[in-house]
Amino acid sequence: MARIIDEHTDPATLTAGEEVLFSGVAYTARDAAHKRFVEAADGGEPLPVDIRGAAIYYAGPTPARDGEIIGSCGPTTSARMDDYTPRLLDMGLKFMIGKGKRSPAVIDAIRRNGAAYLIAVGGAAALIKSRITECEEVAYPDLGCEAVRRLVFDKLPLLVAIDCHGGNILS
Amino acid sequence: MYSCEKIAATLSREIDGALKKIDPDVVALLEAAKEEETNPRAAWALEQILENARIAACGDCYPCQDTGIAMLFVRMGCNAQFDGDLGDALVRGVRGGYRDARKSMVAHPLMRVNTKDNTPPVVRYEITAGKGLEVFFLAKGAGSENMSGLRMLTPSKGREGVIAAVTDIVREAGANPCPPVLLGVGIGGTTDLACELSKRALLRRAGAPSPVEYDAALERDILDAVNALGIGAQGLGGSHTALACAVETYPAHIGMLPVAVTVQCHSARHAHIIFTEDE
Repeated sequence: MARIIDEHTDPATLTAGEEVLFSGVAYTARDAAHKRFVEAADGGEPLPVDIRGAAIYYAGPTPARDGEIIGSCGPTTSARMDDYTPRLLDMGLKFMIGKGKRSPAVIDAIRRNGAAYLIAVGGAAALIKSRITECEEVAYPDLGCEAVRRLVFDKLPLLVAIDCHGGNILS
Repeated sequence: MYSCEKIAATLSREIDGALKKIDPDVVALLEAAKEEETNPRAAWALEQILENARIAACGDCYPCQDTGIAMLFVRMGCNAQFDGDLGDALVRGVRGGYRDARKSMVAHPLMRVNTKDNTPPVVRYEITAGKGLEVFFLAKGAGSENMSGLRMLTPSKGREGVIAAVTDIVREAGANPCPPVLLGVGIGGTTDLACELSKRALLRRAGAPSPVEYDAALERDILDAVNALGIGAQGLGGSHTALACAVETYPAHIGMLPVAVTVQCHSARHAHIIFTEDE
């Protein structure tokens, strides 16, 4: 049985290749939200969500249908966030959930900050939708599907792809 | 005479349906891959991909949140007549088909303001004899399309050069296009035609070989070479980086050997619509 983790789990206890179930809170953010995060940080402004000790999920869902809290919501390609990610990790981000490999700069930042990169299955958006129990839009509503949403997951199946000890199953 | 209202309505209905299910031929290829896969991590991913296809099929929901840029390949008889503007009808059909889907299009590639209705589509026209009208719809997701590529080889590189070019593109793509993928390969013509052929190759039934024996053998050899890379499902290893490869060719200049590869993720969503005229 895979271990159940949340955003409070110490990333240093995770090992690349380990299968986990994420039952906790993660914020969605894609390219556009990352750009605004870094612009806010550059301008000395607070970010709209506290990313210290938090998990970010690289995703932009389809719209929720009537009576549902969210639409299909699979991971997007993490590499597009690579230019912004080291900055966020240095600010205290602990977990990233996405798909695909990361740049050497991100891998270094994961190591120096004791963080972890987890992967979901790309294209498994209907399955992942079924593991989301709460969804609240918390920032940048003008970005539509790219707005920042606070999601609560119940047993989201993930693999630890890059740990803070040098482990990397995608290298 | 074709009714543009009916074209738009039919296209909307067919696109909506196509976006909510994975091509059954691809599901069959995924099931076969799952049976064969011995790498436990890749099997973990394949099982979730199949479970996802089941949930989407039962729940009338989108198997992938990236419902893509809409591509329409229109095959139109030169004597076909319309009671309005066909181009406008196609745009309205896409708008309706994406009403509940994600709005993934921006109006300018650099200014990037969302069009909020997933239009415009990318449309390719092909003129034939007669009065027929057919549209192939392909939902092209960004994760896989960003990994597509073009190589302008010299003719001396030949068949082996083509296999190496495709293999290089798939190697560079790694886990990004959500493998296992389908590969459309266009060879010959010019840069733009090779790219279009690589898209048209994906309109063929997944896993069906080319009717040209030479090309069918090339498809098998490309598939073997790509699956020997060991990228595997979701980049987790194993022997199923690609499920199928389809090659389309066109005559080439004596000094050119263009090779284009369209990488299509496992979430293959498309439709083929044959329209009928009104009395």
